[in-house]
Amino acid sequence: MNRKRNQSRRDLLTTTAGMAIAATAGTLMPWRVGQAASLTVGFLYVGPKDDYGYNQAHAEGAAALRAIDGVTLVEEENVPETVDVQKSMESMINFDGVTLLFPTSFGYFDPHILAVAPDHPGLRFQHCGGLWNAGDHPANVGSYFGYIGMGQYLNGIIAGHATASKKIGFVAAKPIPQVLLNINSFLLGARAVDPSIACQVIFTGEWSMPVKEAEATNALIDQGADVVTCHVDGPKVVMETAAGRGAYLCGYHANQSPLAPEQYLTGAEWNWAKVYQDMVETTLAGGTISNFVRGGLAENFVKMSPLGPAVSGPARKQFEAAKAEIMQGGFAVIRGPLKDNRGNVVATEGQSFVETDVALESMDYLVEGVIGSTS
Amino acid sequence: MASMPDVDLWGVPLAMLGGAIRVSTPFLFVSLGECLTERAGRVNLGLEGTLVLGAMTGYGAAYETGSAWLGVGAAALAGTLFGAVHGVVCRLPRVNDIATGIALMLLGIGLAFFFGKPYIQPVAPDLPAIPFGWWSESPQVRTALNVNVLFLAGCALAVALAWMFRATRIGLTIRVVGDSSDAARAMGVRTHTVRLLATAAGGALAGVGGAYLSLYYPGSWNEGISSGQGLMAVALVIFARWNPVRCLGAALLFGGAGALGPALQSVGITQGYHLFYAAPYVLTLGLLVATSSPTRALAGAPGELSISR
Repeated sequence: MNRKRNQSRRDLLTTTAGMAIAATAGTLMPWRVGQAASLTVGFLYVGPKDDYGYNQAHAEGAAALRAIDGVTLVEEENVPETVDVQKSMESMINFDGVTLLFPTSFGYFDPHILAVAPDHPGLRFQHCGGLWNAGDHPANVGSYFGYIGMGQYLNGIIAGHATASKKIGFVAAKPIPQVLLNINSFLLGARAVDPSIACQVIFTGEWSMPVKEAEATNALIDQGADVVTCHVDGPKVVMETAAGRGAYLCGYHANQSPLAPEQYLTGAEWNWAKVYQDMVETTLAGGTISNFVRGGLAENFVKMSPLGPAVSGPARKQFEAAKAEIMQGGFAVIRGPLKDNRGNVVATEGQSFVETDVALESMDYLVEGVIGSTS
Repeated sequence: MASMPDVDLWGVPLAMLGGAIRVSTPFLFVSLGECLTERAGRVNLGLEGTLVLGAMTGYGAAYETGSAWLGVGAAALAGTLFGAVHGVVCRLPRVNDIATGIALMLLGIGLAFFFGKPYIQPVAPDLPAIPFGWWSESPQVRTALNVNVLFLAGCALAVALAWMFRATRIGLTIRVVGDSSDAARAMGVRTHTVRLLATAAGGALAGVGGAYLSLYYPGSWNEGISSGQGLMAVALVIFARWNPVRCLGAALLFGGAGALGPALQSVGITQGYHLFYAAPYVLTLGLLVATSSPTRALAGAPGELSISR
C-alpha cells in the first residue's frame, strides 16, 4: 500500500485543469481519433500476490495484460475483506483513473462491491466467484468463475491410481459450495478408478492458517492418507508438509511442482491470463463484458499442471481420456445414483448435474465416501 | 455417517502429543521471553511483532546463507534489537509500556511484510529434528516423536530460567527490580539497565520462536504465519503466573489443544470442529476462573508491572 492517498488542493487543481485542457484538445483535434485506446485496470488481492495460490493465480493473469497496448495496471495486495476494500477501490478510481476493476477475493462482493459500484455507473467491476443476478445487483458489476471442480476430478483420477492405502486426503478451508464441489470431485475422480477409495477431509476454518494447515496435513497422513490435495489460499505449507511426510501431492490454484517435483502428480490451476485478456480486449474495443462469465477446461479458464514423473502409464491414459471427455462439454461429475455421506440421495438414477449447472454453485453436502462434515 | 471407517482412537492422544511438541515451541519461546521481561517489571506486548519479524528475518537469512542456524541467529539478533528499542523507549519518563508495545507490534509486522515480500516463494533450508521415535515401527509414533532441537533448547531454558530466578545473583537482581524499584535502587542496582537488558533478551527469545515457525513448523515464510500466537503467548505468562516451568506446561497444553481439532477430524469425529478449534481458549478461561481468587491479587505478579501497580 505504497500509493499516495492524499492529494493536495494544488495537485487537484492542476489535475482538473489538465484534464479539462486534454478534454478540450481531444474534441478540437480530429486526428486523435486514430490513436490507440487506453485503459487503466485495477486489481485487488486479499493476500500477497506470490503465495503459490489463489492470489498468485490472479496476479499472473493480471501480468499477462501488460502485453496489451494501452493498458495500465494498478495492483494492491493484502486488502482485507472489510471496509478497507471499499477505500482501496475508491482510491484506485479517484487517483489512478481506474475504469475496470478486478476485486478478486470472494468476500469483496457483498457488501463492498455492491456498495461502491452504484456510485460509479460508468465504471466496471468484475468479481471472481460471486453469484451475480440481474434482479438484485447493479448492471456494472459482473461475475466470472471457472469450473475448477473438473480439475479436482482429474486430480482424483491420478490420485486414485497413486494411492496404495485407498485413502486420500483433502485440507479444506471452509465448507462453502466451491470447496465442497472440489472435495466431492476429487473423491469421485478417485472412485472412477477404484470405488473402494475414501477421502478424508479436514476443515481448518480459515483461508490462511499455516500452523493449522500443517497440523491438518500431518493428521491426514497419520491416518493413512497417501495422496493429499487442498483448497486453502496458499497451498505451499500443505504441499511442503505432505512432501516431507512422503505423500504424493495434487496441486491447486497454481503449479506447486517446484516445491516437490518428484512427488507432485498434477494440479488444478487457474488460467486467468486468457480470461483477463479477453475482458480487457472487449472493453478496449468498446464492447461490454457479459455479467455472468463461466468457463472450464475447454474454454481455457482452468488448466492442469503437467503430469509428474510418478504418474503411471494407466493413470496417464485414464486422465487423458477423461480430460478429452470433459473438453467436449456437458460432462457431469455429480451424477446419479449418488448419496451424500449421511445417506440422503443427492442425485437419483439418471439425474446428472453437468459442469455448467448453476445448482452446483450452492452445493451443501459431501458425497458418500468423503469422511468429514460440513458443520 | 453411512459407513463408519475404522476409527483409530489411539491416533488422537498420539496426535495431541505430537502436536504439543510441534506447535508449542513458538508459544514457549515467546512466553519465556515475556516472562523474563515482566519479571524485570516491564510489559512487552510487542512480542507478536517480534515473532513475525523473527520468522521473516530467520527465513530470509537462512535462504541467503543456506544455513538454518544462521537464520536462527539472525532472528535472535532482530529480536534483541526490537526488544532493546522497546527498552530504550520505555525508560523515557511518562512513557506507557503497553502503548509502546502495541506500536512496536504493528511496526514489527509491517517491517516483516515489507522486507519479507521476496521470501514468500523461495524454499529455505529447515532446522534439523532428532528422531526419538526410531524404536517404533509406526510412522505415526515416529512423526510424533520427531523432536526439533529448538524445542529441547526451550525446555532446558525454562528450567534454567526458573533456577536463575530462584538461586542466582542475576535472577535475584531481576526479581528485585521487578518487584520494587525503590528497594533495587537502595541496593545500588541500576534498574533501568537491568530492565533494558531483560527486555532485549526477551525480544531475542521471541525472535527465536519466530525462526522456529518459518524454519521448522510449518516451515515457510508467509504473512499469515503467526496468526496471533505471539499475543496468546504473552497471555500465557499471566496464566503461568510468571513461572518459567509453568510456561513450558502452558505452552504444551496450548499446542496439544490446538492439535485436537485436526486430530479428531482425521479419525472421523467431524461434527462441530469449530468447537474443537476453540478448545485452547475455553481451557484457558476455565483454568483462569478455577485458579482465581476474590480475596487476593494475582499470585506471583511482579510488583512493578504497569498492570499490577
